[in-house]
Amino acid sequence: MSENLLLRHRQTPGLNQSKIYLENEGFSAWKKAVTSLKPEDMVNEVKASGLRGRGGAGFPTGLKWSFLPNTIWPHYVVANADESEPGTFKDREILEYNPYQFLEGLMLASYAVRAQAAYIYFRGEFWQIAQKFDERIAELTAAGYLGDHLFGTDYSLRVYTHLGAGAYICGEETALLESLEGKMGQPRLRPPFPAVYGLFGMPTVINNVETLTNLPIIFGRGVEFFRSYGTEKSPGTKIFSLSGRVKKPGNYELPLGTTFRELIYKYGEGIINDAKPKAIMPAGASSALIPATEAALDTHMDYESVGTLGCALGSASVIILDETTDTSALVDDTVHFFKHESCGKCTPCREGTFWMSRITERIQSGKGSKEDIELLKSVAMGMQNKCLCALGEFSIVAVLSAIENFRADFDAHVES
Amino acid sequence: MNEILKKHAHKVNVILSKYPPEQKRAAVMPLLHLVQQDAGFVSRTALEDVAEICGVTATEVASIVGFYTLFHDHAGAKIRLQVCTDVACDLRGAREYLKNLCAALNLQPGETSPDGLVEIEEVKCLAACDRAPMFQAQIGDELEYHENQTVDKTLDWLSSMLASMKKTPEKPAKSAEGGSHE
Repeated sequence: MSENLLLRHRQTPGLNQSKIYLENEGFSAWKKAVTSLKPEDMVNEVKASGLRGRGGAGFPTGLKWSFLPNTIWPHYVVANADESEPGTFKDREILEYNPYQFLEGLMLASYAVRAQAAYIYFRGEFWQIAQKFDERIAELTAAGYLGDHLFGTDYSLRVYTHLGAGAYICGEETALLESLEGKMGQPRLRPPFPAVYGLFGMPTVINNVETLTNLPIIFGRGVEFFRSYGTEKSPGTKIFSLSGRVKKPGNYELPLGTTFRELIYKYGEGIINDAKPKAIMPAGASSALIPATEAALDTHMDYESVGTLGCALGSASVIILDETTDTSALVDDTVHFFKHESCGKCTPCREGTFWMSRITERIQSGKGSKEDIELLKSVAMGMQNKCLCALGEFSIVAVLSAIENFRADFDAHVES
Repeated sequence: MNEILKKHAHKVNVILSKYPPEQKRAAVMPLLHLVQQDAGFVSRTALEDVAEICGVTATEVASIVGFYTLFHDHAGAKIRLQVCTDVACDLRGAREYLKNLCAALNLQPGETSPDGLVEIEEVKCLAACDRAPMFQAQIGDELEYHENQTVDKTLDWLSSMLASMKKTPEKPAKSAEGGSHE
């Protein structure tokens, strides 16, 4: 395994104590930035690094920052710590064990877009983690790393925590903003995008926890070092959350471009009972079911290569299904998940997930017919490209790919 | 008189100070969390108190309570067991675990025990997919994670919690056995 840059606590235990983080070059990038770097140069530096958003969309981070207009103030930075994609548990490890590197990243992003207030939006279940962050923020403020006139400059920054309360949709950035403003977490129509009209109607950068945790590496060890990992178009390392039917599930930080085979067999130590892998879901419940062919196993896990399989890399929550897995039951699971989490704002998603769940239930109960499989497909197709946000669009991906690739699993429930 | 302000004046001010003065509505969710820490649920009066502090209507606050699954509008069981049965957890036997746990407790998902102490719920994704089967225990507004579970392990933990609650019936002590995030 390559050096852990994001899960650095694995080689340097105790990094979640400020003393140990400081002893290991902690906040040196922060101090250097505030005292000697120009914000616009930092945006260009992040552009040059090629860092792409780790929350799912893979959008270039520097480009996202550059969209903030310099004519509307104040600017805000919001850290998306609403990790809720089924199969994803990477941000939680960072927040628990390497929290200062994430905080330093959030602070660097804030300085780069000249925001004087930043919020961390935690999912409600991370209640204890959020409490610890309140303590850490107070500690950093007392030590002069946060607050007014930092390091004798005229730059001031405050960081605040905000707790969600159990809604998957709040991981979607505009729903997150609504929630932070004290409303139901329902996505906004776009445009305008958050870069122009974000939190409290002001220009806002929203970045995922893992994305931000990369910044102290880029500004501390340099763009060239960062780019020495990963591929040309997907540079850096990535935390792969491996789960499902593998012997050793867990988080593995590997260079982007590592193959599925390596992740599953070298790090995950293979499939439970040495069974055959059946399918890979590279992006959690929002993912297509990719048949685990030899070619798929040899595919490189970077944004472009996974795309050629007809699926997004997403947040790299890799769920492995084996030959014992009934994909029609699995689809029943994912459809119910999306039905429960649909925010109810747009009709295709609210109604579509409801009707899909009725059909998958009928198929599962053995009361379905062959026509139900076609009906399920047609409801899913009817939703395609019509939903307000990605949640609705993602809800059909597993459905359509499972029917296409593993039709026999569905037929088995309706044949008798 | 606003009960929340009366009881938690300092905490309310700390919460309000996080947001621009003209954006008080942003404090709705933090205030609801504060209310639940006390009472375990959000009462009608608390709803109105939160609305008053944030300058919104009680209906608007009620929409928040209804939308988010961690807010409750009625008193529930003392211990809420939330078992994740989502895709990744199910592939590691979570559904089977839930079924057997329900059978052992003689409860169905969504039901509360007749003595009002234990409720079992089926939930989706708690970001602990590599350590399934797992559940989250909600005790008041406190949340604890319990991972790599077996039915026996869970029952042992539960009986020790119930025993400690009998000693101090008001509020069960936080369980000693890990369960926390760190």
